[in-house]
Amino acid sequence: MLRLLWLIPALPFAGFLTLALFGRRMGNKPAAAIGVGSVGLSAFFAVLMTIGFISSPPPAHIYTQSLWRWISVGGFTPGIFLYLDSLSLIMVLVVTFVGFLIHLYSAEFMETDDGYSRFFAYMNLFVGSMLALVLAGNLLLLYLGWEGVGLCSYLLIGFWYREPANGAAAIKAFVVTRVGDTALAIGLFFLFLNLGTLDIQKMMNMAALHWQPGSAYPTIAAALILGGALGKSAQLPLQTWLPDAMAGPTPVSALIHAATMVTAGVYLIARTNVLFTMAPAVRTAVAVIGAATLLVSAASALVQHDIKRVLAYSTISQVGYMFLALGVGAWSAAIFHFMTHAFFKALLFLGAGAVISGLGGEHDISRMGGLRRQMPLVFWCFLIGAGSLAALPLVTAGFYSKGLILFSAWQSGRAGFWLWAAGIAGAMLTSIYIFRLVFIVFFGSPKTEVRKKPGPRITVPLVALAFLSVVGGFVNMPAFLGIKGGAVFSGFLSSALPQRPQPAPLPETELLLESVSAIVSLAGIYLAYFFFLAAPEYSGELAHTAPGRALRSFWFYGWGFDWLYEKILVAPYRWFARANSNDAVDLVYSFIAAANRFFHYGLSLSQTGKVRFYAAVLALGAALTITIAVFFTR
Amino acid sequence: MTLAWLIIAPFLGGILAWLLDRRGSALAARWVCLLALAIDLSVLIGIVWSGRLAGAGPHGGFFLETRAGWIPQLGVSIHLAMDGLSLLLVFLTVFLGIVSVVTSWTEITRRVGFFHFNLLWCLAGVIGVFLSLDLFLFYFFWEMMLVPMYFLIAIWGHERRTYAAVKFFIFTQLGGLLMLMAILGLFFIHAAETGVYTFDYFDLIGAKMSSAAAFWLMLGFFASFAVKLPAVPVHSWLPDAHTEAPTAGSVILAGLLLKTGAYGLLRFLFPLFPMAAHEFAPVGMAIGVAGILYGAILAFGQTDLKRLIADTSISHMGFILVGVFAWNGLALEGVTMQIISHAISTGMLFILAGALQERIHTRDMQFMGRLWEKVPVMGGVAMVFVLASLGLPGLGNFVAEFLILLGAFRANPGMSVAASLGLIVSTIYALWIMQRVFHGEERKQWTPPDLSARERGVAAAMIVLIVWLGLFPQPVLNAAAPAINSLQKIASSQTEKALAPVSAEGGGNGTARSFSAAVLAASEAFACPDVLSGLPSKKSARMPFPPPSASGNVVFGPVSHWKLRADNKAGYE
Repeated sequence: MLRLLWLIPALPFAGFLTLALFGRRMGNKPAAAIGVGSVGLSAFFAVLMTIGFISSPPPAHIYTQSLWRWISVGGFTPGIFLYLDSLSLIMVLVVTFVGFLIHLYSAEFMETDDGYSRFFAYMNLFVGSMLALVLAGNLLLLYLGWEGVGLCSYLLIGFWYREPANGAAAIKAFVVTRVGDTALAIGLFFLFLNLGTLDIQKMMNMAALHWQPGSAYPTIAAALILGGALGKSAQLPLQTWLPDAMAGPTPVSALIHAATMVTAGVYLIARTNVLFTMAPAVRTAVAVIGAATLLVSAASALVQHDIKRVLAYSTISQVGYMFLALGVGAWSAAIFHFMTHAFFKALLFLGAGAVISGLGGEHDISRMGGLRRQMPLVFWCFLIGAGSLAALPLVTAGFYSKGLILFSAWQSGRAGFWLWAAGIAGAMLTSIYIFRLVFIVFFGSPKTEVRKKPGPRITVPLVALAFLSVVGGFVNMPAFLGIKGGAVFSGFLSSALPQRPQPAPLPETELLLESVSAIVSLAGIYLAYFFFLAAPEYSGELAHTAPGRALRSFWFYGWGFDWLYEKILVAPYRWFARANSNDAVDLVYSFIAAANRFFHYGLSLSQTGKVRFYAAVLALGAALTITIAVFFTR
Repeated sequence: MTLAWLIIAPFLGGILAWLLDRRGSALAARWVCLLALAIDLSVLIGIVWSGRLAGAGPHGGFFLETRAGWIPQLGVSIHLAMDGLSLLLVFLTVFLGIVSVVTSWTEITRRVGFFHFNLLWCLAGVIGVFLSLDLFLFYFFWEMMLVPMYFLIAIWGHERRTYAAVKFFIFTQLGGLLMLMAILGLFFIHAAETGVYTFDYFDLIGAKMSSAAAFWLMLGFFASFAVKLPAVPVHSWLPDAHTEAPTAGSVILAGLLLKTGAYGLLRFLFPLFPMAAHEFAPVGMAIGVAGILYGAILAFGQTDLKRLIADTSISHMGFILVGVFAWNGLALEGVTMQIISHAISTGMLFILAGALQERIHTRDMQFMGRLWEKVPVMGGVAMVFVLASLGLPGLGNFVAEFLILLGAFRANPGMSVAASLGLIVSTIYALWIMQRVFHGEERKQWTPPDLSARERGVAAAMIVLIVWLGLFPQPVLNAAAPAINSLQKIASSQTEKALAPVSAEGGGNGTARSFSAAVLAASEAFACPDVLSGLPSKKSARMPFPPPSASGNVVFGPVSHWKLRADNKAGYE
C-alpha cells in the first residue's frame, strides 16, 4: 500500500497541469471537480497510507521511495526521493485534509470570480509543492517544495492582480521569504560540502558522527537553516510580509498563510533537529525569537481593525509558540501545536471569510456587529475556533497543545521561567485579542446588513474544522489528567523525533502550570468582555491617552519594522536603481566617444583649405620642432 | 567532414535564401533557412544516435575530429572537433536558430533574404567558434559572426539601431583585437620555444613561457571573452545592442553570442594558461559577483522591457564567470547548464518582448499593465520564464545556478555567499516584470491578440525544454561530463608541470605576480572572515575529517583541492 506514496504529491500536480493547460476553456464545475477532487484523492491516499503505516509499520518506521535521479555530478547525487516517517505522515495528513476542506470551501467562496480555474490551478500547485516539501528525503527536493510553496504564496497573494497593492504585497512576500531561502541555500552548500550528502537522514547521522556538539560546524549549519525557517514562518525579523499577505483571497490565507506553509519552518527545524540539538546557541536563539515574536505580534493583533490582519498577527504569534517549543527541544509539542493550530486557525480564517463575503467584502470590524443572530452557524464555529486559540481549558485542542509548550518551556532549565512567562503573557494577549474580535463582530448591534448566507460547501468545512478544533487535542492528554497512555500523539512521533530528555515531570507541577494557563485564558476572555462588550468606553479612554495612542499606533504598524526596512533597504535600493538606470559605467565610454568626437571636429576645423594658413602652421610647427630639438635634447 | 557540413549548411543556406528573395520569394527564403538548420539538426541527431558520445577519440573528450590544411606556412589548419560540450552548444545554436527564423516570420518584412543571410551566417560563425580547435580559425569565426550581427542590428533594429550596432561592433572588435594579440603572442612564444609554427590548440597547450607572459596572454583572452560575456565593467554595449536588435537578433545575441564568451573561457583560458588563470581566479570571481549584483540592480531600474531583460543577462552571465573561475566539476557542470538554460529562458523572454512590441508598438513598461486580462497565454508563458530567470527549482536555471554556487562554495565560500545574494535581487527584477507588464493598473487601453499558433508552438517547445532541464538535467550533465573532465585534466597536468619552474623563478616577475598575490590575499580575507573560520577552505588541514580518495563519476582535477567522501557517491539520496 505504501508504494502508492508518490501519488499523494503527484495528484495535485496533475490537477495543476490539467487546470493550467485546459482550465481557461473549462466551466466552473469541471474546474472545481479537478481542483477539489485531486486534493481529496490525495487525502484519501494519505488515509490509506496511515492505515498501512500503523497496521504494518515499515522497518524502523521509515518508508522511502526513490522516483528518479535528479542530478548526479561527482558525489552530488540528490534524487527525487520521498521519505515517510511518522513526522511526515502527520504533516501529510494535516496538509491534505485541511487542504481538502479549504478547497471545498473555495469551490463556493470563489464561485463568482472570473479566475476560478486559475485559482484552483494555483491552489493545487501549492498543495503539491507542500507535499513535496514534507515528503522530501533530501534537502534539495525539500528546497524545491520550499520555493514552490513560496511561489504559490506569491501567485495567490497577488491573485486579484488588477489591484496594484495586491501585487506589491505579493512581491514583498516573495522577496522577504527569498532572503530566508537564500540563507537556506547557503546552508545547503555548507552542509553538502562538509557532510558530502544532502540526504537528510544520512546527513544527520554524519553530523552526529563527525561534528562536536556546540562547535562551529553545527552552529553555522543550524543558523543558516534557521534563517530559512524565519523567512518562511514569518518570525522576527522577517515577519513583515505576512500581514500584507492578507491581500489574497481568504481561503488562501487559511491554507497557506495560516495552516500549512507558514509552518514549513517549524517542520524544517523539527526535521533537522539533530543539528539544532548539537547547536545549543542556535536553539536558544530559536526559543528567544519564538518568545519575542509571539509577544510582539500578539500585541499588534490587539489593535488591528481588519479582521484578517488580526488573524494574520495571531498566526505569526502562534508560530512563535511553535518556535518556542522547538527552541526548548519539545519537538513533538511543536508539531502538536502545528496540527491543532492548523485546525483552529483554518477554521477562524474560513469563518472570517464567511463573514467578509456575507457582508459584501467588509474587512473592518468596526463596521461589524451582532452577527451572532444572523449567522449562527458561522458564529458557533468561529467561537469554537476562538476558544481553541485562546486555549479554553479541557474542551479545546489549543489548550492541550499550548499547555504542553508552556510546560516544556518551564522545564527547559535556567531561562525556562522567562520563556514560560513570555508564553503566559502571550496567552493572555491571545485570549484578549481573539475574544475582542468575537465580541465586536458577533455581539452588540448589527451594523452592516448580511447579504449572503453561506451554502453547504462553506458550512461543511467549517463544521468539520470546528469538530477537529475540539477533538484534535484529545490525542495527546497531559499526564496530570491521569489517563494512561494518553500521549498518543507524542508516542506516535517518538519514532521520528527524539523525546525530551528531561526526567518525568511531577504531575503536581504540571497541574499547577496548566491551572495557571487556564486561569490566564479565562481572565483574558473576561478582560476582552469587559473592555469591548460590557464597558467599551474604558477601552476607548485608554486608547486616547497619549501613551495609549502612541502604543496603539506603534503596535498597529507592526512595531515599525516595515518603516525601518523601507528606510534602510527598500528606498535606497529603489533610489539607486532609478538613479543609475542609465548606467554610470557607460558614462566612461560615452566620455571616450565624446572625446573622440571633440578631437575629430577640432582637427577638422584646421582643414580650412587656405594655403596661407597651412604654410603658417607648417612654419610654426617647424620652428617649434627645431626649438625643442635644440633646447631640450641634450 | 561531418563537422564541416554543420558549418557549411547554414553558410550555403544563407546564400540561397538571399538569392531566392532576390527572385521575389521571401517565403521560400524562410523555408530554405529552416531546411538548412534542419539538416544541421539531423546531423547532430545522427551523431548522438550513432553512440559516438560514449566513445572517446585520441584527444580526451573529443569524439569527432576533422583536420585539413589551410595555410601550412603559418601552421594554420582547418581543425574542427567536437566533444560533449561543443555538441551541446551546437545543438543549442541550431535550436535557437530555428526558433529565430520562426519568430521572425511576421516581424521581418523588409529585405527578408538579406536578413536570413545574415542570420544564417551569424549562426555558421557561432557553430564554427564552438567547433574550432585551431586558434586562427577560432579567431576567424569569432570575427565572422560579428559582421552579420552588426547588420542585423543596424538594418532591422529599432530606434537607436545605428548607435547600438556601432557600439556593439567597437566593443567586441576591441576585445577581439586583444585576443588576436594574445593568440599571436602565444604563437610566437611557442614557435620561439619549439621552432614549430602552429596555431593548433593541442600543440599550444603546455607552451612554456614565463609566468608574466602567461599572465598577460591570459588577460588578453580574458578581455575578449569578458567583453563578449559580458562582464562588468565592459558590459555596457549589451543593453543597447539587445534593446535595439530585432527579436531574432536579441535571441541570438543573448542565447549564443554571449555564450561564445563563456565557451571561450571554458575551452581556452584554463587549459592554455592554468597557472595564470588560477591566480586570477579570485579577481575573476569578484568580477562575476559584481556582474550578478550590478546587472540585477540595473535591470530593476529600467522602464524599457527589452533593456530590462538585457540587463538580467549581465546578472546571469556573472554566474558563469563565478563558475568558470571556481573551476571544479560541480561549478563547470553548472556553467554548462547555465549556458543552455539562460539561452532558453532569456531567449524566450526576448521573444515575448518582441511579440508584445509587434502588437502594441512599444517596449516602455510605463504604458503597459494588466495585460494578463488581454493576453493570458502570453502572461502564463512570461510567468514561467520570469520564474526561470529568478531560479525557481524545477526549471533549468535553478540546477545551473545551484551547481555553480555549490562549486563556488567549495572553491571560495565568501564569493559564493556574495553571489547567492543574486537569488534575492533576481527575484526583485523578475517579479517587477510581471507586475509592470501583466498585473496592476491598466495604463493604456491595448487590445492585443494573444499568442498565435506559431508563437504558441515556440513557447511550448521552450517550456518543455526548460522544465526538462530543471527536472531531468542528467542527459545534459552526462554529455558535458567527459569534456569537462578532460578540460580539467589538461589544466591540472599543466599546473603540475608548471609548478617547478615557477618556484625556481623565485616568485616570478614583478607586476603581474604581486598584483595577483595582493588580490589573492584580499579575496582570502574576504572568503574566510573569522566568523566562518570553521568553513572548509582550500586548506585541507581545516577539514573535519581526512580527504577521501576520488569518487563519483566525474573525476575532479586537482584544482579542486577538496573532494567528496567516497562513501557517499553511490545511490540515490
